[in-house]
Amino acid sequence: MAVTSHIRPPLITGGKQIKDVTHDIARHVEAKPNPMWLAGMGLALGALGIGGFTVYRLLFFGIGEWGLNKTVGWAWDITNFVWWVGIGHAGTLISAVLLLFRQKWRMAINRAAEAMTIFAVLCALMFPFLHQGRPWVGMYWSLPFPNTFGELWVNFNSPLLWDVFAITTYFLVGLIFWFIGLIPDFATIRDRAVAENRPIAKIAYGALSMGWTGGARDWMRYEAVSLVLAGLATPLVLSVHTIVSFDFATSVIPGWHTTIFPPYFVAGAIFSGFAMVLTLMLITRHLFELKDYITINHIETMNKVITTTGSIVGIAYITEFFIAWYSGVEYEQYCFLNRMTGPFAWAYWSMMTCNVLSPQFFWFKSIRTNVYATFVLSIIVNIGMWFERFVIIVTSLHRDYLPSSWAMFSPTYVDIGIYLFTFGLFFTLFLAFAKFFPVINMAEVKSIVKCSSGTHETEK
Amino acid sequence: MDLGKKYIVGVFDDDGVLLKGVKQVRSKGVNIEEVYTPFPVHHLEDALGYKRSRLPIVSFLFGITGTTLALILQISMMVVDWPMIIGGKPFFAYPDFVPVAFELSVLLAAYGMVGTFFVRSDLKPHAKPRIFDLRSTDDVHIMAIDLAANSLSEEEISVILKESGAVEVNNKEFED
Repeated sequence: MAVTSHIRPPLITGGKQIKDVTHDIARHVEAKPNPMWLAGMGLALGALGIGGFTVYRLLFFGIGEWGLNKTVGWAWDITNFVWWVGIGHAGTLISAVLLLFRQKWRMAINRAAEAMTIFAVLCALMFPFLHQGRPWVGMYWSLPFPNTFGELWVNFNSPLLWDVFAITTYFLVGLIFWFIGLIPDFATIRDRAVAENRPIAKIAYGALSMGWTGGARDWMRYEAVSLVLAGLATPLVLSVHTIVSFDFATSVIPGWHTTIFPPYFVAGAIFSGFAMVLTLMLITRHLFELKDYITINHIETMNKVITTTGSIVGIAYITEFFIAWYSGVEYEQYCFLNRMTGPFAWAYWSMMTCNVLSPQFFWFKSIRTNVYATFVLSIIVNIGMWFERFVIIVTSLHRDYLPSSWAMFSPTYVDIGIYLFTFGLFFTLFLAFAKFFPVINMAEVKSIVKCSSGTHETEK
Repeated sequence: MDLGKKYIVGVFDDDGVLLKGVKQVRSKGVNIEEVYTPFPVHHLEDALGYKRSRLPIVSFLFGITGTTLALILQISMMVVDWPMIIGGKPFFAYPDFVPVAFELSVLLAAYGMVGTFFVRSDLKPHAKPRIFDLRSTDDVHIMAIDLAANSLSEEEISVILKESGAVEVNNKEFED
């Protein structure tokens, strides 16, 4: 008798058996790249190349190439940094937090979401690195090295230094968590390569799989390691954006020194991260024919998370306003009025529309289960989240305490080019991952085929 | 671990059957060297009588090492070696040392545990694993029985395996 639950829809559709899981996922690694993939890779490399030119301009001519001025000393660099870090939250959230909550639907998407996280954090790391202007001496400013000026150390009281440690740790822990999950799947691909006698794949995946055999002892340790890593990554993922928000919250600039920032940034990060996961998953699902693994049910669940976190972000925006008025500080009050009605009001209202209004469409089941609507809205959410960071950073700075210092900010082509460079980097890495690595965690999905594909017989 | 040369390999195509099979084979006094599965089968380690992994303890020990190192690092630089007056704050501004202490604890706990796991399970890029059956990373479960470690004969073990639900029983020899 086939088991079909009336309470929960199956996590895997299409009547898949264990062997089908291996075949459906491993065949993309083994096949020649398809034309759509090649076109995507071409675009990504193009963006990387054009962006690379602006990186050259920045490194050889200095950050004067950016549109910054004395009043607005921080703009696209930190906006992009926070935006990418925010996107880099969903992967760990899906794989770690949902593992602790035993949410099995994570299994089909955690691999790609973690890859996305790692690449997004790498893109984010570009900005603190490049904004130093002379990154080759930046080591002395960001890491506790004894330097040649005497034994002068980095300042551990500074949130910017906490950021260095937080982002680096997050990147490294995310990387190892991702790699641990990949080992059994690399072994599957290695064994297929051995069976079909493909020499290059045998060597490459043989090395990557580290000699994994799937012995019960190894699985026991693997599961222990995964659980502890999830336990470690959960506070880590919450700490990273908290520490990023400290960059602003510990300052004394009106519009920045807000105690609500840590939870507000974390909610925003999950919001934008899930949106980016959806954008990428919908493309991957289509390109690699994975509709039976990444089901409408997955998309709907993620859309619910987006609506929830989007609403939290909306409440945070309103709370900020209330507190600005309630504080009685006229600089604070002016800052927020200026956001809403000043010269950057267009950015503010774009943010409000994209982040607060647009996710509310997901209250309708027909919209949150529609692939096209989800795709469009997921992109809108990320545009909104970029504007959120821009609004917080630039509108808080551009009208200084003295009206004689007031200024506007407009980006130069180098500002835009470096943002493009990170896009190129991100998509190059993601496409390479999608081609050469199994995009779905085969071993984990196999463990739920029996109970959640509605195809197997019940045990007596 | 002393590795034998001649093995009997039982092939199972279902994890439920495998779990019962492992218990049955063990109850007949057969010594199982290891069971290889394409995905983690829960309670298999209990059926095989393995002790729980102590890797979480390793992780904790590495974690507190990280906390200690981070605090030593920050205090020795900010308080002992080169105290600086920053905004009139005390030199030992301990709340400021929390984020870095936390991050380094997590970093060492994660990498220390994973490193120990690699060493303990002998996972390394140049490893030459013994593969009993190439399908064991695809869709079947493999029970490997070392003939040298058992007093029963080859035929007796084969019969026990078949009775316990193995769909195939093969022989496998390793040269080294």
